[in-house]
Amino acid sequence: MTAFIARRLLATIPVLVMVALFVFLMLRLTPGDPASIIAGDNASPAQIDDIRERLGLNAPLPTQLWIWSGKLLQGDLGESFFFKKKVTELIQQRIEPTLALATATMIITLVVAIPLGVLAAYRQGGWLDRIVMGFSVAGFSVPVFVLGYLLIYVFAVELKWFPVQGYRSFTDGFWPFLHRLILPSLTLSVIYIALIARITRASVIDILGEDYIRTAKAKGLTNRTVLIRHALRNAAVPIVTIVGIGVALLIGGVVVTESVYNIPGLGRLTVDAVLGRDFPTIQAVILVFSFVYVLINLLIDLSYTLLDPRIRY
Amino acid sequence: MTWGRSIARRLMVAAAAVPLIAGLATATPAAAETTLRVVMHSDLKIVDPIWTTAYITRNHGYMIYDTLFAMDEKLNVTPQMIDSWKVSDDKLTYTFTLRDGLMWHDGKPVTAEDCIASIKRWGAKDSMGQKLLSFVTEMKAADDKTFTMKLKSPYGLVLLSLAKPSSNVPFMMPKRIAETPPGDQISEYVGSGPFMFKQDEWKPGDKTVYLKFKDYKPRSEPASWAAGGKVAKVDRVEWISMPDHQTAVNALVAGEIDIQEAPPHDLLPILQGSSDVLLHNNNPLGNQYMFRMNWLHPPFNNQKVRQAAIAALAQEPFLQAVIGNPEYYKVCAAMFVCDTPFAFTEGGDKLLKSDFEKSKALLKEAGYDGTPVTLMHSTDLQVLTNLAPVAADLLRKGGFTVDVQSMDWQTLVSRRSKKEAPAEGGWNAFLTSWVAADILNPISAAGYNTDCEKSWFGWPCDEPMEKLRNDFATETDEAKQKNLAKQIQVRAMEIGTHAHVGQWYQPTALRSDKVEGMLNGPAPFFWNITKKGG
Repeated sequence: MTAFIARRLLATIPVLVMVALFVFLMLRLTPGDPASIIAGDNASPAQIDDIRERLGLNAPLPTQLWIWSGKLLQGDLGESFFFKKKVTELIQQRIEPTLALATATMIITLVVAIPLGVLAAYRQGGWLDRIVMGFSVAGFSVPVFVLGYLLIYVFAVELKWFPVQGYRSFTDGFWPFLHRLILPSLTLSVIYIALIARITRASVIDILGEDYIRTAKAKGLTNRTVLIRHALRNAAVPIVTIVGIGVALLIGGVVVTESVYNIPGLGRLTVDAVLGRDFPTIQAVILVFSFVYVLINLLIDLSYTLLDPRIRY
Repeated sequence: MTWGRSIARRLMVAAAAVPLIAGLATATPAAAETTLRVVMHSDLKIVDPIWTTAYITRNHGYMIYDTLFAMDEKLNVTPQMIDSWKVSDDKLTYTFTLRDGLMWHDGKPVTAEDCIASIKRWGAKDSMGQKLLSFVTEMKAADDKTFTMKLKSPYGLVLLSLAKPSSNVPFMMPKRIAETPPGDQISEYVGSGPFMFKQDEWKPGDKTVYLKFKDYKPRSEPASWAAGGKVAKVDRVEWISMPDHQTAVNALVAGEIDIQEAPPHDLLPILQGSSDVLLHNNNPLGNQYMFRMNWLHPPFNNQKVRQAAIAALAQEPFLQAVIGNPEYYKVCAAMFVCDTPFAFTEGGDKLLKSDFEKSKALLKEAGYDGTPVTLMHSTDLQVLTNLAPVAADLLRKGGFTVDVQSMDWQTLVSRRSKKEAPAEGGWNAFLTSWVAADILNPISAAGYNTDCEKSWFGWPCDEPMEKLRNDFATETDEAKQKNLAKQIQVRAMEIGTHAHVGQWYQPTALRSDKVEGMLNGPAPFFWNITKKGG
């Protein structure tokens, strides 16, 4: 097992190198000049040239790559072109809201989706199954921003139960923190509930047709025991896989929700950086995302050994 | 079966309980200080107002810095940090004396040496500052509060330059900061303005915080535009970054923020429907749209073709397509903005109505061969998005072939600096907008610079125009200056530097039940504002 983990961690290095190289080249070969953006709309061509020179953007591409990789090897992700702040500091400021939103979303998702999926499988073809599947289709179909605005209008503007926007750190108190997270995480969880409920239902239906389920029932076990101990546990591998992918997608895919609810997280940092062509920030954020993806995949693989004793590395 | 129903029932009860719990805790404790919460037009990214011309950085500058002179609402230049000033009879030596009691935010007094260093740094970057410094032979401090500026020949725009209201504004900084090379960003943010920058609370993409500077000594005159007494009446101002306009509108209606600087025009009806929200046009001079042509490449390297384009364009279709509501736009022949000292109709009236027959005749005369006009179309800024399709339609009706290329604004800003031919990544035309305060005279307005390579994007090249601009800058007689401005407008339309395609206004939305005293000005000012509640 230890050798497997070590091998997998070592394998992340070439992945991250490839990602870094790809992002570096992509940013410089696509249109967009950070110097023009920094200088502002009224700047003269001479002012823009001056800024370009200061940022080192006039240097040949291999020189820029050499300087950047040298710093990266020393653990320096660079300084934002705009904010005059270290990119690591920017990421540190933004990671908490994104992690909080992703965690709250996943908690809601798991608490709702797995019971719904199991119930739908158990009552396959019945009214509950149809409702769950109908909700699932709707959950996939409604864009996140539409649902977000709808929830804001009803629960924040009209009923005034929740604030319209904003984020409070948990260091400001648990309730202010949670109060601002409820609507965004509900909004974001709908699509994941739809996805995971569907996968859970399909997996449990598969398992319910197995011989050992029939045996368990013949032994006189209750429906609850059959479903939880035998069916759900055996259906867990595909569910955990999809949950893991969902978490990875959440970390980088919360941008719409962060914009609609004005949460200053990593998603918004990425979009702002892309719009501003802030090369050091984009490069760093993508590297962080890639690392998180690789790490989550590793954790998923490791979790298989706990869920299915037949799997060994 | 029973188990399934039980779970479903528990879930429903839990779901119903969430809003109840939430409702119990919406109240927040009252703050001891008054905090004004504002959503600006964009997030503050760069905090050096000399390093960039971005308007959000200019607005930040107005919060924490002060200026030697300032413009009042009648566009008169009045002293601001200056107590008194005099000019020698030969108009070659200006002597400035600072007001008593001016302090930097770090508690040190403002000195003449600080101001000299600040003027030098600003003059190294800003076009109007560069022009001023090209006439300055020496700046010298006579004592802590007095300094002189010596010129090589009389220059008519000394005070107007020092009172420049928009980017780059000549803000005063302590000498040690102002001595930062103009190409580098400053790293210390100490001003002498009515608010202090709370650097430790600045979170880019989240919020920017300013605190009232208690030792600020405002002028005794009432506040007027950028001039007069800048009295901070709130303890704290927070600029909250909110990129989604709809969210900002909802937050304003719900009372979570106090001011939204620039709500898009299509959301104004929602705000008008809220009894607690007031729409206030705090910049009565507004903004002006510009159709800019590139002189380097066909077809706009030909004067007759540029004239044909001007003949085909007209202001009203642009304004209707983008702004829609006539309450927020104005058809205006004056290139230096209507209702200002240099507002004239001569020449500028060509943009009042399209003349497609004249356009076609001019194209024929120019021997236009159908070379497509590569028109850059910005698609992500609401106040610009519909401009290019209107321009393309009018130009086609005037006999042009047009190739509209859509892109986001940042790509357009990058591409417009390329001098290559359109087929190699360059361009022929684009549309943009100027804050009126930037274009009130032919020196501050970049569009009239026809100094070839040194001109603004489009790189027009015209010696007679440069002579007129130089005469304007050195003329000290007001009447003669006005006449020169008129000639410059006529010449600009004749040679086709650009077309001014309409004046428009951006209202600011504020909570009428909480906020009072917002001033008019070339930028949003936060002194003089009072707020009820915390």
